[in-house]
Amino acid sequence: MKIRFIDAEAPPASRILENLAAGHGDHPLDRYLKKGRIPHIWCSGCGNGILLTAFVKAMEKGNFDTKKTVVVSGIGCIGRAAGYLDLDTYHTTHGRAIPFATGLKLANPKLNVVVISGDGDLFAIGGNHFIHAARRNVDITLICSNNFNYGMTGGQGGPTTPLESKTTTTPYGCSEHPFNLVYLAKASGAVYVARWTALHTHELRDSIIHSVNKPGFCFVEAITPCPTAHGRRNKLGDGLSMMKSYRDNSVLTTELDPEDTAIGLKGKIAVGEFVNIDKPTFMDMYDECAICRANAPKKSKKS
Amino acid sequence: MSSKAVRTGAHFMSGDEACAEGGMAAGCSFFAGYPITPATEVAERMSIRLPQVGGVYIQMEDEIASMAAIIGASCAGAKAMTSTSGPGFSLMMENIGLAAMMEVPCVVVNIQRGGPSTGLPTLVGQQDVMQCRWGSHGDYEVIALSPESPQEAFELTIEAFNLSEKYRTPVVLLSDEVVGHMTEKVIIPDSKKIKTLSRKLPKKKPENFIPYAHEEDDVPPMAIAGEGYHVHATGLTHDELGYPAINADAQERLVQRLIRKIRNHAEEIIRTEDAFLDDAEIIVVSYGCSARAAREVVETARASGMKIGMIRLITLWPFCEKKIAELAALERVKKFVVCEINAGQIAYEVERCAGGKAETILAGFMGGRIFTPEELYRVVREAAE
Ligand SMILES: Cc1ncc(C[n+]2csc(CCOP(=O)(O)OP(=O)(O)O)c2C)c(N)n1
Ligand code: SF4
Repeated sequence: MKIRFIDAEAPPASRILENLAAGHGDHPLDRYLKKGRIPHIWCSGCGNGILLTAFVKAMEKGNFDTKKTVVVSGIGCIGRAAGYLDLDTYHTTHGRAIPFATGLKLANPKLNVVVISGDGDLFAIGGNHFIHAARRNVDITLICSNNFNYGMTGGQGGPTTPLESKTTTTPYGCSEHPFNLVYLAKASGAVYVARWTALHTHELRDSIIHSVNKPGFCFVEAITPCPTAHGRRNKLGDGLSMMKSYRDNSVLTTELDPEDTAIGLKGKIAVGEFVNIDKPTFMDMYDECAICRANAPKKSKKS
Repeated sequence: MSSKAVRTGAHFMSGDEACAEGGMAAGCSFFAGYPITPATEVAERMSIRLPQVGGVYIQMEDEIASMAAIIGASCAGAKAMTSTSGPGFSLMMENIGLAAMMEVPCVVVNIQRGGPSTGLPTLVGQQDVMQCRWGSHGDYEVIALSPESPQEAFELTIEAFNLSEKYRTPVVLLSDEVVGHMTEKVIIPDSKKIKTLSRKLPKKKPENFIPYAHEEDDVPPMAIAGEGYHVHATGLTHDELGYPAINADAQERLVQRLIRKIRNHAEEIIRTEDAFLDDAEIIVVSYGCSARAAREVVETARASGMKIGMIRLITLWPFCEKKIAELAALERVKKFVVCEINAGQIAYEVERCAGGKAETILAGFMGGRIFTPEELYRVVREAAE
C-alpha cells in the first residue's frame, strides 16, 4: 500500500513560544498558572474557577514546593484544572487519576501528589480506585469538585445526583440513592475528610494545605455550583443564587457522624472537618514489611 | 558481576520467572499488577525481587488501575511494568492508548491463554495478537515481542524495556502459557554485559523546553515529574506544548508523528530468526510456543528432501512486511504456512504482504494445547503436494 498522508508540518519552536506570555502576569496569581492557558473553558458562574483559585491560594499560603508538587486529574470539566497550574500536571483517562497518581507517588515518594477531579470521574467510573487508595492509605490528596452531575457531557445523572434531582438522563427525577462522599471516604479509610462549598474559599484553601502536608490519603469535597447543567434543570438559579443557597444552608459541624451528613437536592449541607486521624501510609508499611525484611540479614538455621 | 538486580549465573526457571528477572535486569523499579493465570508468577517473583532493590511492587484493584499506575510511575522516572493475561489485557487497553498518546515508556507482559472471555485460564492460546495491535481505540503503533523459551523471555523483556525507553511507547511482551509455564535453563549474563537504555531527557532549560517538539527521530525528550519542567501531559489531542488542542491540525501533526516514530524505525525494530530461506519453496511462519513445534517439523521435512524454510517472528509488531513481500515476489516461493494457535491472525498479515504472489495457508486451532509435530507435518506435506 502506498501511503500519502495529508501534509502536516509542525510550527518552528520560536513560533510556539512567541506570544505565549502575552498578558501573563497581569494578575498576581498568574505566577501559579501555566503561560498561555487562560481563558479557561468553564462557564460563567461555574464553581470550578473558585476551586482552582482556592488551590492556587493554598500553594501561596502553604508555600508548596512547586518543583515537587504534581497535580493529576481525570476527565470532566474540573479535570481541566490540572492543565492550568504551573506544576507538573497530568490529565489522564476518565476515572483513572487515582491509580495514575498512586504510581507517581510510589515511584517518587518525594513528590506531593494531588488529584483534582469530578464526582462522576472519582466515584462512578473511578469509584473502585477511590476506595482502594483510601484503604491502602496512599499518601495523596484528593480534591473532588462535586456538582451533583456530569457537567462535561451536558448534565447527566451520576453517583452523587440527589434523589428527585433532574438531569438529562433522569428527566423524571433521579430514582437512585446517591453516595455520601464524606461517609464513603471515612469508611474507606481516609485519614482526613473535609467538606466545604465553593463559598468557603478560606476553609477550602486551609483544608488543601492541611491535606498536602498531612501524610496519608486525605479527601476534600468541594460542593460546586454547575449552573449550566445541574442548576438550570433543577431551578436552582444562576451561579450567584446557588452560592447564596450555600450560604443559607451550610451548617458547620464537627459533631455529626459522617453517616448523617448526606446531601439532598435542597436543604442543609453539613460542612467541616469530619475525620483527622493518623495512620501509617502505604509507603511506611511497605518499607517496614517488605523492604526491611527483604534486605534483613538471613538468620542462620542452626541457632 | 552479579548484583541484587541481576542474578548472574545459570538457573532453572519458568518463562514467567525469567520475564520478571529480565525486568529486574533492565532496571525495572516499579511493578503494578493483578493476579491472573498464567501470568501470576511474574507478579509473585516481582513481589519478592523488587523490595530487595528498594523498588515498589503493588497489587492494584484491577488491571485498569495497574496500567494507569505504571504510566504514573514512568512519568515519575521509574522503569515500570505490569503483567497479565487475556481478560486483564482487555482491561488494560484503555490506558495502553493513554501511554501511546502521552508517549510514556512502559512494558506490558501478556502471557496468553485461550479465549474469548475467561476461556482457558490454565491453557495456552495465541489469540491476542490482533488485539495487541489494534486493541485500544484510535490509530497508534505498538511494539510487541514474542519469546519462544524462558531464556528468550528473559532477553526480550530487557529488549522490551529498551525499545519502550528509546521510542517512548508502551511495549508488549506477548508470550504464551506454554512458554510462561515451561521450566528450562536460563543463563543470566554478567550485569556489565547487559545493555540497557534509558529515555532521552531534556537538555534545554525549562523555559525553553517544548515537551512535544518535533525531533529528527520523532521521539521528543521526556521531562520527569519533580525536575522543575512543569510539563502538562494529556490523553487529549495536544499541541507541541502538550496543551489540549481540539482541532484537525493538531490531530494531524500529533498522530502522524506517533505513527511515524515507529513506522520509520520499523526496520531497526523488527527481528526474525530465519532458516533455510535460500532455496525454500514453502515457508513456515510461526512464533512463541508454536515455533518450537514448527522448527522440528521444518527440520524433519528438510531431511526428507522438502524445499522448506522457516521464519520465526521475534517481533510480532511492527510486522516484517518487507521480508514477506520480497520472498513472495520470488518465483520459487509458492506458499507460506502460518502456524499459530488461533483462527488466523498473523496469517492475515502474511496474506496481505504476500499480495497474491504466493499462497497463504493457516495451520491453526483454537487452543488448549500446543501443535503436535505430526499434525503440523501433515499440513506441510499437503502444502507440498
Ligand atoms: C471511558 C469514558 N467514558 C465516558 C467518557 C465521557 N465523559 C467525559 S467527562 C464525563 C463525566 C464527568 O463528570 P464529572 O467527573 O462529574 O466532572 P464534571 O464534568 O461534572 O466536572 C464523561 C462521562 C469518557 N471521557 N471516557
Ligand atoms: S457545565 Fe457545569 S461544571 Fe461544566 S463548566 Fe459549565 S457550569 Fe462548570
